[in-house]
Amino acid sequence: MALQSLDIIRRSATTTPTPQVRAPATTEVAKLIDVSKCIGCKACQVACMEWNDLRDEVGTNVGAYQNPHDLTENSWTLMRFAEYENPKGDLEWLIRKDGCMHCADPGCLKACPSPGAIVQYANGIVDFHEENCIGCGYCISGCPFDVPRLSKRDNKVYKCTLCSDRVAVGLEPACVKACPTGAIVFGTKGDMKDHAEERIADLKSRGFDQAGLYDPEGVGGTHVMYVLHHADKPEIYCDLPANPRISPMVRLWKGATKPLALGVMALTALAGFLHYIRVGRNETHASDEAAAQREMEKAHE
Amino acid sequence: MNDESERRDTIVRYSAGDRTNHWVVAICFLLLALSGLALFHPAMFWLSNLFGGGTWTRILHPFIGVVMFVAFILLSMRVWSDNRMSERDWQWLKQWREVIGNREENVPEAGRYNGGQKLLFFVLVLCMLGLLVSGFVIWRPYFAPYFPVGLARLAATLHAICAFAMICAIIIHVYAGIWVKGSVSAMTRGTVTPGWAWKHHRAWFRDMIRRGP
Repeated sequence: MALQSLDIIRRSATTTPTPQVRAPATTEVAKLIDVSKCIGCKACQVACMEWNDLRDEVGTNVGAYQNPHDLTENSWTLMRFAEYENPKGDLEWLIRKDGCMHCADPGCLKACPSPGAIVQYANGIVDFHEENCIGCGYCISGCPFDVPRLSKRDNKVYKCTLCSDRVAVGLEPACVKACPTGAIVFGTKGDMKDHAEERIADLKSRGFDQAGLYDPEGVGGTHVMYVLHHADKPEIYCDLPANPRISPMVRLWKGATKPLALGVMALTALAGFLHYIRVGRNETHASDEAAAQREMEKAHE
Repeated sequence: MNDESERRDTIVRYSAGDRTNHWVVAICFLLLALSGLALFHPAMFWLSNLFGGGTWTRILHPFIGVVMFVAFILLSMRVWSDNRMSERDWQWLKQWREVIGNREENVPEAGRYNGGQKLLFFVLVLCMLGLLVSGFVIWRPYFAPYFPVGLARLAATLHAICAFAMICAIIIHVYAGIWVKGSVSAMTRGTVTPGWAWKHHRAWFRDMIRRGP
């Protein structure tokens, strides 16, 4: 059992129990990103690159701080910069660290057809095992947050691991370690919610009436949460979805349809077999040949 | 002498070209159904071993799909004119209970294809089109990046539904070939006996003898 985590609670395309003998005493973990404390320094992006040995292409400047322009197979986290004009007419610079949200009900895992390419650990981290990835991109369709990226080099899908390798040995994720303002914190999900409460109370006392926690129920909650000063309008933070959930289309495709369709196909074949042994074959008899001969002779007369 | 008379007494139903075309579609379909089912349900994933693993299954499936579509288009051009639904065919379909009960005496006579075969043909045409269009939308890495994710979700679902309908339709098609004796050799040797033609496709049989040898 060398190098096995033994705490896998969900495994893609697997219908039998997963190895989950270990129950971590820390229960579920979470990363809390306090958007109101973020200064947009991108230390988290750099730390992510360094820890994971990733180097993205140097892009082009299009007149905004956001760089690269989008998540890629080499950029698993990205500071998104929104210039928001509030109802009072003032500018607010809303900076959101984007990346995998580590959903409790992960759409990527639900959509994945390859056994063990996506797993969810007992601590809540959703991890891709790229050795098992077949490059179909179904996880991209399954994700409500538009996070997984297909590599152009190897046709495998990559995303934030929540530094599962660091967390497994008791370290916090690299981005958390690098953040100079304490905008990113990491701990048990319960502790992070408590910490968020304090931050929200503080923000409310400063006039942000709608401050709140982003831990969307539609995906069963997430293991990356945000403290937002405008929790009533998550869209203003570079299109953070207000009510994310696995698309009904994906649920239909990957839900009841699968066993139902397989069952109907098997029944169709079974119906054929039963018909064959009950009603029997449809054969051409000598009388049919004789009737045909008579007509042919008549035609040739 | 016996060989001679057997040859003289058969009717050609499918030319070598028809048969080749049909079997190209059939082989492609078999490969597509096996590889598609591997990606459809975890219980079927082991089928991906037939193609060299999950990644090869994902790579090969769409290319085989394109070959099947092109071959099917050619096949459908060969048989399209014989598959126009008529009043007689609808009546044939209404009497499906008698057909599957092997009591065909009062069932309307069929042309080159009966109502069931024509229905199958149009189900296949629809499924093939649905599979082609939805398949391109979810074909990674080449085409999928050009479509929005909402469309990819819809396409994946549509692809699964069309494939399901087509697999069921083909199971019926294959079974009908096994059930109605003489049909498989029509598609392997190309010929049928006059009695077979008279019994199952009487209008076509009369057409054939009217035209003469």
